[in-house]
Amino acid sequence: MKDDAAPIAGQAHQDTIHDSAIKHVTGRADYTDDLVEPTGTIHAYLGLSTCAHGRITGMDFTDTLAQPGVLGVLTADDLPGVNDVSPNGMNDDPILADGVVHFWGQPVFAVIAETRDQARRAAHKARIDYDALPHVLDPIAARDAGMGYVTDPLTLRRGDAAVAMADAPRRITGRFAVGGQDHFYLEGQIALAIPGEDDEVALHVSTQHPSEVQHMVAHVLGVPSSAVVVNVRRMGGGFGGKETQMNLFACVAAVAAKRWHRAVKIRPDRDDDMTATGKRHDFVIDYAVGFDDEGRIRAVEGDLYARCGFSADLSGPVTDRALFHADNAYFYPDVRLSSHPMRTNTVSNTAFRGFGGPQGAIMAERMVEEIAYALGLDPLEVRKRNLYQNGQLTPYHQEVQDQILPRLIAELEQSSYYQARRQAVLDWNARGGVIRKGIALTPVKFGISFTATWFNQAGALIHIYSDGSIHLNHGGTEMGQGLNTKVAQIVAEAFQCDISRIRITKTTTEKVPNTSATAASSGTDLNGMAALDAANQIKARLTAFVAENWKVAEDQVAFVPGHVRAGDQMIVFDQVIRAAYMARIHLSAAGFYKTPKIHWDRTTGQGRPFYYFAYGAAVSEVSVDTLTGEYVIDRADILHDVGRSLNPALDRGQVEGAFVQGAGWLTTEELWWDDKGRLRTHAPSTYKVPLASDRPRIFNVALADWSEATERTIKRSKAVGEPPFVLGISVFEAINMAVASVADYREPARLDAPATPERVLMAVERLRG
Amino acid sequence: MTQLRFLLNDTEVALTEVAASDTLLDHLRLTRRLTGTKEGCAEGDCGACTVLSGRLTPDGLVYEPINACIRLMASCHATHIVTIEHLRGPDGGLHPIQAAMVAHHGSQCGFCTPGIVMALYGLWMTDPKAGEAEIETALQGNICRCTGYAPIIRAAQAAGAAGGQAQDALAREREAVAARLAGMRGARVSLARGADRALIPTDTDDLAAALLKEPDSTLVAGATDVGLWVTKFMRDISPAIFIGHLMKDITVEGDLIRLGAGVTYSEAAPVIARHIPQAAEYWQRIGGWQVRNVGTIGANIANGSPIGDTPPLLIALDARIVLRRGADRREMPLEDFFIDYGKQDRQPGEFVEEIVIPIHRAARTAAYKVSKRRDSDITAVAAGIRVDVAEGIITDARLAFGGMAGIPKRARAAEAALRGQPFAEAAFDAAARAIAGDFQPMTDMRASAEYRATVARNLIRRFWLEQSEPGLPVRLRLTERA
Repeated sequence: MKDDAAPIAGQAHQDTIHDSAIKHVTGRADYTDDLVEPTGTIHAYLGLSTCAHGRITGMDFTDTLAQPGVLGVLTADDLPGVNDVSPNGMNDDPILADGVVHFWGQPVFAVIAETRDQARRAAHKARIDYDALPHVLDPIAARDAGMGYVTDPLTLRRGDAAVAMADAPRRITGRFAVGGQDHFYLEGQIALAIPGEDDEVALHVSTQHPSEVQHMVAHVLGVPSSAVVVNVRRMGGGFGGKETQMNLFACVAAVAAKRWHRAVKIRPDRDDDMTATGKRHDFVIDYAVGFDDEGRIRAVEGDLYARCGFSADLSGPVTDRALFHADNAYFYPDVRLSSHPMRTNTVSNTAFRGFGGPQGAIMAERMVEEIAYALGLDPLEVRKRNLYQNGQLTPYHQEVQDQILPRLIAELEQSSYYQARRQAVLDWNARGGVIRKGIALTPVKFGISFTATWFNQAGALIHIYSDGSIHLNHGGTEMGQGLNTKVAQIVAEAFQCDISRIRITKTTTEKVPNTSATAASSGTDLNGMAALDAANQIKARLTAFVAENWKVAEDQVAFVPGHVRAGDQMIVFDQVIRAAYMARIHLSAAGFYKTPKIHWDRTTGQGRPFYYFAYGAAVSEVSVDTLTGEYVIDRADILHDVGRSLNPALDRGQVEGAFVQGAGWLTTEELWWDDKGRLRTHAPSTYKVPLASDRPRIFNVALADWSEATERTIKRSKAVGEPPFVLGISVFEAINMAVASVADYREPARLDAPATPERVLMAVERLRG
Repeated sequence: MTQLRFLLNDTEVALTEVAASDTLLDHLRLTRRLTGTKEGCAEGDCGACTVLSGRLTPDGLVYEPINACIRLMASCHATHIVTIEHLRGPDGGLHPIQAAMVAHHGSQCGFCTPGIVMALYGLWMTDPKAGEAEIETALQGNICRCTGYAPIIRAAQAAGAAGGQAQDALAREREAVAARLAGMRGARVSLARGADRALIPTDTDDLAAALLKEPDSTLVAGATDVGLWVTKFMRDISPAIFIGHLMKDITVEGDLIRLGAGVTYSEAAPVIARHIPQAAEYWQRIGGWQVRNVGTIGANIANGSPIGDTPPLLIALDARIVLRRGADRREMPLEDFFIDYGKQDRQPGEFVEEIVIPIHRAARTAAYKVSKRRDSDITAVAAGIRVDVAEGIITDARLAFGGMAGIPKRARAAEAALRGQPFAEAAFDAAARAIAGDFQPMTDMRASAEYRATVARNLIRRFWLEQSEPGLPVRLRLTERA
């Protein structure tokens, strides 16, 4: 029995290891490809287009069907329901190309065979003929070619930006290209479909959005959603790449499973995965900023052109969020921001950590840099002068009410010795030489909530079995972020029992219906609240029961570590549960949560799309080799706001990982298409994500432990998945400074992103003239 | 013999039906259901499939991390393959590496974790005092997309501090395993599945005979490239001759290093560090650790790639290679081996047997590699530079480049601009200008032609700066080694 004075293991606000950590390190954590396959499992493999845009004039599967083990081929004609996995009802996302291909690598057919190797080899034996049509790859070319938008654009306005721009003492305009990013989740896309009775099918899928997979599979099979069950125990990384991109794979597996009445697994190889699935949107940003001689921004106009690919997918909300974050942390008195979601003959771009936000935020930082160089100021000074004050309105007319950046930046400036180090960097660069240094402090203010208000709901299911063990289920999915651990901590604390008592179970559409994607950093905010609601329902029943059974007033009943206290009696938790069961108390509850206060009217561009903001800042220092353009991150200091952290260890892990991933986006991670429209960086041999040696040489990461959410979030914590990704911009800004030093900071380096060694060297050469 | 034999964890495996293209990863995951080893990329770049390979060397049993995804089964003959499932602590619980990874929150999604644990295990066994720099080098071949690596580095340091190497299972079982592996070696092994055939020769003479008989055979050494022919391009490599265990001799005689063609990058590293210290850092940027443990210098040359890492340096050093066909041998300057893109001076039935590298003790030497990402990346531009100076005059200059042409190639105009000139900035400025006439590089996803040309020019400037003022901060440095 636990001493009632000792706190429970795994309570909220404590460092607690990831629930699967021991399974991870021993190789016993099962991912979808590791599950025991049902007897007779067969395999599907996709055949991809080899034309960036063209009409299919012929499909010859003679050789494919003659290969050993091949059972058949699926094309668009073989889908029983609708040939569409568009997540937004626009009906523009075919599973298998129907007549026309819109990008190089688009799935055209699927081969079904006894083994994956047989299916894969046979897929390459198919002959597809095309009548090529002109293709357009980048957003500006798409605009010039009249390709149009994949979804409705958005404009945010406040005041009159044109007039204020004309009135501003100084004006700068510029164009800035920001590259996309592949998710490079270590576990690729995968689905296993198991046919059931009648119209039923069950799937194990690596997806962030099991409910959408369920609905899509139903749609494609032409059956009700109630016939489809989707299960996810864990993903080997998601980062947004498994929010909608999994739908296609799951649908192919489900269709084949029903057709052949056998379990079907589909897993593309890495090259096909990177070629055929969407990525972070690349942007070309035209900006104009009006400002005064003190560096205060008067007016901003921005046109953000996004490479959306051939279909809408999530490009609408992604480009919307780019606008929502085009202020990053700064007040724009008069502003106009317009999105241009351009249709291109590339894979349809999708969600990726930050969801357009980082691309918007980096526009703000580019303008800050322009202002600072124009005025000869430290960019940090310009940043501070333009930070929001509480009560000011964002370009979408939400009032900022929880601003903490002035304190957070001041603390970071001190703890990182920013001023002294900036001086040292300036002194170093003044000596000339090959190696130049740069330092930059950039903040983030990140809006938390799905901008589609209805997604801000969640459900959870808790059972307490008669032996006192607790089964926890919720609608969120685990992709490494530690969601399950945090939700279990919340439930453990509610019942005051050790976290080991709580069984974390796979996410399944059978237990919690109509869930939202685990995305937008919202997993814990939403599912933690839903689980707490479920726990509180059971606790209320138990409290009433204990009061009655042990003859005390309800306010004399309390849940204490391992026990329930009834007046001066201490009853072991298991005994309470056993007694409650015998007394026929309902020991199961479905919890629910919806985020309050938020609303958003896209037609007017006004509302309160975000429940609150999460804040943070980073100082990065880099060294740049001006002979080759190579660089090293010498040091990064981060102070980040997660409110009252539910689990500081996991939150620090999110901050560190997001920062390095953000730095990767802006440095070595380059997507490169050839003139035929082929993505040529489609594997880790050609697409370079950060390695251990790319992380900052000195890396100080701290949470702002004094911060507490002003809104009633789950235990006053704040979301953490995406906001620190934006802090990678500090690395990019520091590289820009190092490059600008070769021309004595007379002008900013104006690097496009990613700042590959090549871009850096070419900028050095250009500035040297 | 017609049996492939190896030790898998604590089980002896003997297989008769083996195709040349069968991979270890598929064997582990599909046949053995050892699913702790993951497939992340199937091209040897992400490390999620890292396992340990134990093999007998003249120094005894050596365990090295390798990529199971591009490890062909026939290469596993007479080795001990150790997977994550075999790892445990002395008490049967978590191994110190595993315990440290848990304690330091070194896993998030967990998919890369078994591979990272195995790479760190390999390091922990061989370098208990590894510092940050050594850990980073050990992890060059492992991608983690979640953590940002910091907690993994902390875990590796903590596990190193925890010690316990002597009590480790692989240490305690070392003699028994060595004896079992020794018993598997010896006779030539002929493997087949249907028409697909693989041959493991007994020794180099056996190889010479076998290749003479079937000159169209694919020679497979470390399979760091051939493995990709199989996994990415589904090429048929049969009949294949597996040679990774042959031609392992390393000798230094006077001013000559002689490397057997089968010497891996890792095996050569100490000799390079000792006799060509200017190339030590370069050497550690060849692939990742798993690749260096199996990739051989002979195959790097024989492959003929314009972006192979060793040829620019070796050409600058006037290295020569020994080619063998049957019992006949011929020796030639390495640079003459590369005729044109995809074409080498290698006759049917002939193979690279040895590399002979002169040690230029008095020369000024450098090896440079420039790539998009520092580690485990394919060269955009590589340079080997050697300048001989006597009494202030440049008597000879060798500047060889990779990534600048269809073959590894000397910059003859730049060399001419140096030769006979005073060892002074003017000569290197002239060479930097002259190199523009030496190459017409190409543009691809790694780098543009313009970037390559600019870098080639600047590397000559870097060389001068480094040589003229040692200690001048000219190159980026990571953490200094412990």
